[in-house]
Amino acid sequence: MGNFQERFYLNFIKDDRWMYMWDGLKITLEVTLFATLLGIVLGFLVAIIRSTHDRTGKLKIMNVLCQIYLTVIRGTPAVVQLLIMYFVIFGSVKGISKVLVAVLAFGINSGAYVAEICRAGIMSIDIGQMEAGRSIGFSYGQTMWYIVLPQAFKNVLPALGNEFIVLLKETSISGYIALQDLTKGGDIIRSRTYDAFMPLIGVAIVYLVLVLGFTKLVSMLERRLNQSER
Amino acid sequence: MNDNILIRAENVRKSFSGKEVLKGIDLEIRKGEVVVIIGPSGSGKSTFLRCLNLLEVPTGGHIYFNDVDITEKSVNIDMHRQKMGMVFQHFNLFPHMDILKNMTIGPEKLLKKSREEAEKQAMELLARVGLADRSHAYPNQLSGGQKQRIAIVRALCMQPEVMLFDEPTSALDPEMVGEVLQVMRDLAREHMTMVVVTHEMGFAKEVADRVVFLDEGILMEQNRPEEFFVNPRNERLKSFLGKVL
Repeated sequence: MGNFQERFYLNFIKDDRWMYMWDGLKITLEVTLFATLLGIVLGFLVAIIRSTHDRTGKLKIMNVLCQIYLTVIRGTPAVVQLLIMYFVIFGSVKGISKVLVAVLAFGINSGAYVAEICRAGIMSIDIGQMEAGRSIGFSYGQTMWYIVLPQAFKNVLPALGNEFIVLLKETSISGYIALQDLTKGGDIIRSRTYDAFMPLIGVAIVYLVLVLGFTKLVSMLERRLNQSER
Repeated sequence: MNDNILIRAENVRKSFSGKEVLKGIDLEIRKGEVVVIIGPSGSGKSTFLRCLNLLEVPTGGHIYFNDVDITEKSVNIDMHRQKMGMVFQHFNLFPHMDILKNMTIGPEKLLKKSREEAEKQAMELLARVGLADRSHAYPNQLSGGQKQRIAIVRALCMQPEVMLFDEPTSALDPEMVGEVLQVMRDLAREHMTMVVVTHEMGFAKEVADRVVFLDEGILMEQNRPEEFFVNPRNERLKSFLGKVL
């Protein structure tokens, strides 16, 4: 056990090495948070366009654009998308913030998955709800906003929570563009101490704690929203 | 133009993917009148009713509401729908809102009433249908009959000029049909204009000013209920009444 304490000291305490992980964690959370927001906005828009098209046949061109977006994003690996975003799309922009690049890449990636989750949620709401809203005199948009979307959101919340968790873990590939996120932070420690076990297990534990905490949060929110359904 | 006429359907046609469900229907509904539409299933009676507020857009013909052709593309249909209440077979209450919110959301958002005003009106209507004590319940906590009574007063909250009923008792357990019909009867007594698609022949006989028989997308016969049920002229109507009465 003395050995364990020594290794712990070497990897985390000495030279304030824990700071690599701490700073990395902040980057990871920052990227995840903003990418999630971007993903939700994008996914939400795409879902509305797609379900409006499915139900009414309108917005044909928009729907085609959305389908291309979904196909390309879901058909290529996230790492490749991240690399393209950094080296191709922003390749000629000097001094671009890597966090911004990561947020864009992960947000656009997540948006495609959120879109299909939200679309399924909207389509799961009985058509009678839309008709009831319209019969009162609400426009299509108002009925969506006041009546369909709140119910759809409740239905997709578990899936959205899951998508957030996937995204959180996915950001661990940020190291590919030399962004110092949590995983990269652990990796730097490893390269300093030549000890793989401590930093990598440490990083894994931090992710696990984050995911568990977030899962708990989602199920609490779910229970609150379900109060009307008892 | 007779200004007593609230809704005028003119040669209304509707096809679903090539199949013609309504084959040119003409019907006038006068203010304060209760018109009951009957007919075998698949006759197009629900489709016709849903055409009246353009939940189904007719493939041909015109619907005039207060002399405005609402099938015209330039017409803001949402404005006119505010004046046409609708009650559905499956109630279609909003499950994520309590009863009071179900009733006040329309008046608040569309008629720009204050919350107090909208709630006051809703509570009065709830009291009239005997459900004032359930104002903070959620739809899933109510029986079918209660849900349908709520659906009726929800539509009334918008102070419509006409109420459209699409088989309002068909999804109910038999013992709950009566309470819903009673609310509709009361409404008719207050001279609300009503168009009712139903299988309740008793209700048609007792409450209707006029009964309309639809079959295969054609308006076969219409008459005062006394004549309609006692002296049907159309052969299809005779055989239909023979089966249901």
